[in-house]
Amino acid sequence: MKILVPVKRVIDYNVKPRVKADGSGVDLANVKMSMNPFDEIAVEEAIRLKEAGNATEIIAVSVGPAKAQETLRTALAMGADRAILVETDELVEPLAVAKILKAIADEEGPGIVMLGKQAIDDDSNQTGQMLAALMGRPQGTFASEVAIDGDHVSVTREVDGGLETVKLSMPAIVTTDLRLNEPRYASLPNIMKAKKKPLDVKTPADFGVDVTPRITTTNVSEPPVRQAGEMVEDVDALVAKLKALGAV
Amino acid sequence: MAALVIAEHAGGQIADATLSAVTAAAKLGGDVHVLVAGGDDAKGAADAAAQIAGVSKVLLAQDAAYAHQLAENVAPLIAGVAEGYDAVLAPSTTTGKNIAPRVAALLDVMQLSDIISVEGPKSFTRPIYAGNAIATVESSDPKLVITVRTTAFDKAEATGGSAAVEAVNGAGDAGLSSFVKLDAVKSDRPELTSAGIIVSGGRALKDGPTFEQYITPLADKLGAAIGASRAAVDAGYVPNDYQVGQTGKIVAPDLYIAIGISGAIQHLAGMKDSKVIVAINKDADAPIFQVADIGLVADLFNAVPELTEKL
Ligand SMILES: Cc1cc2nc3c(=O)[nH]c(=O)nc-3n(C[C@H](O)[C@H](O)[C@H](O)COP(=O)(O)OP(=O)(O)OC[C@H]3O[C@@H](n4cnc5c(N)ncnc54)[C@H](O)[C@@H]3O)c2cc1C
Ligand SMILES: Nc1ncnc2c1ncn2[C@@H]1O[C@H](COP(=O)(O)O)[C@@H](O)[C@H]1O
Repeated sequence: MKILVPVKRVIDYNVKPRVKADGSGVDLANVKMSMNPFDEIAVEEAIRLKEAGNATEIIAVSVGPAKAQETLRTALAMGADRAILVETDELVEPLAVAKILKAIADEEGPGIVMLGKQAIDDDSNQTGQMLAALMGRPQGTFASEVAIDGDHVSVTREVDGGLETVKLSMPAIVTTDLRLNEPRYASLPNIMKAKKKPLDVKTPADFGVDVTPRITTTNVSEPPVRQAGEMVEDVDALVAKLKALGAV
Repeated sequence: MAALVIAEHAGGQIADATLSAVTAAAKLGGDVHVLVAGGDDAKGAADAAAQIAGVSKVLLAQDAAYAHQLAENVAPLIAGVAEGYDAVLAPSTTTGKNIAPRVAALLDVMQLSDIISVEGPKSFTRPIYAGNAIATVESSDPKLVITVRTTAFDKAEATGGSAAVEAVNGAGDAGLSSFVKLDAVKSDRPELTSAGIIVSGGRALKDGPTFEQYITPLADKLGAAIGASRAAVDAGYVPNDYQVGQTGKIVAPDLYIAIGISGAIQHLAGMKDSKVIVAINKDADAPIFQVADIGLVADLFNAVPELTEKL
């Protein structure tokens, strides 16, 4: 069984994003970029499934600029077998990403497509669900546990009320939540080896997908800033202040 | 112009999150209808939905296949019903976030995720980059599929309406997935996303029993819900559904008390719209103090029991 793992190059999660003064977006010039944290978890889970003998090949895919090759090399260094870059300088929306992924899945025939639940830049939380719809396959979103069971996969999902388990027939789409696993770091020898692993470069047009955005962003602004309040000396002062504010 | 709100419901009751989505839908300016899809208890929920102020029609799809809101079964139903609507809205709960994008893809439209305001018939604002930026977005799709950040919209009145309930049908079980179980976290506390007061603990609480020993009495005293940082959840002090933040729950209570939480941007993203924020942290430079209305630099192991006693 193959596992397809879509990985997105995003602003590093430790960087505080700065909004551009002209309202055109977030300033990404000279900002550290990394693999979306949820996608690292997806790569890790795919590797564990392979190590457990449940998968034979892991294919990492990224839709994005030439620099997204670095993200794919990270996935290869972690343990993915080969990579596909669908290169474009356009901002590709989740629906179009899902259409590209569907085309790749149609060619590759993976048993599982393992995505992150959410990209931490657009915070859309859509792509996996959309891919599942386009493929007409089941989805196990926000996964905290994934277990293969013959031609089915059991997914434990982090839901508002607790943990829900669903059983999906494969091929299936899974999106990862934070507690699924702790991703490994790539070792130096593996980083060197990853440089020789195959990385194909394609374009959206190769898959016949129109990436024209459906949503236009007309402005990006800073959120209202919260004024830092008052520091109090001790618990008595805290209680007094809470009462004065009518908060308790 | 009519908008369809996908109801979230359990045990014959409509969830508060639905009421916020109704308010957002009403801002689109047209009729607001509600779809209740579910199993045996859906009829009761539909009757409750019919009473929501501002709702003019309720569609009821009752089928065992819809009982657990499996996206594979419910999304095609919604996409079919959406035919007659300009917009489909769902609250940004884990259920809404699971189903709505599947509906959007079936309709070949881009979803507008987690809107926080309605600016025009097709224009909205939504947080991006963990709430560090607010984007104004405009859709060019013929139909809108929207998820609604519930803390950004007041709840519609649960009573006062008298909508008709109409039965609708979908294809039922798609045969792709099945529900196995729900390990529900049972608690008598208020629900995190609708609580008036939240006491939240971080990594500093050391372990499960310590968390319980220090946080629970304070929460009991205040009748508060209990939240946590990701670090506290990851370390197993509390269950996953306590997590507040960018990738956990988004909350906006009247009072949020952050105890032993540093204030990482991912945590702030989930709570910085709270009315009053109190932070107790022993590090005066902790970023949480930059958003706190009241800050106390103290060792929580002394300050929290004292606070519990003096309140
Ligand atoms: C993709 C991604 C998503 C994330 N999503 C979330 C999310 O949704 N929610 C979330 O919370 N985090 C999230 N995080 C994690 C986030 O980056 C932080 O790691 C986390 O919030 C830190 O938790 P904390 O404040 O409890 O721990 P720490 O940062 O370790 O802070 C502990 C604090 O306790 C204080 N302290 C220690 N001892 C005492 C004492 N005795 N008395 C008083 N104070 C004390 C310390 O001064 C410190 O400030 C996410 C991270 C990633 C990468
Ligand atoms: N441009 C992209 N290239 C590869 N994978 C992507 C891309 N955009 C989104 N994804 C995948 O879809 C997941 C959810 O993204 P989103 O729907 O944008 O929040 C991510 O965690 C990735 O696994």
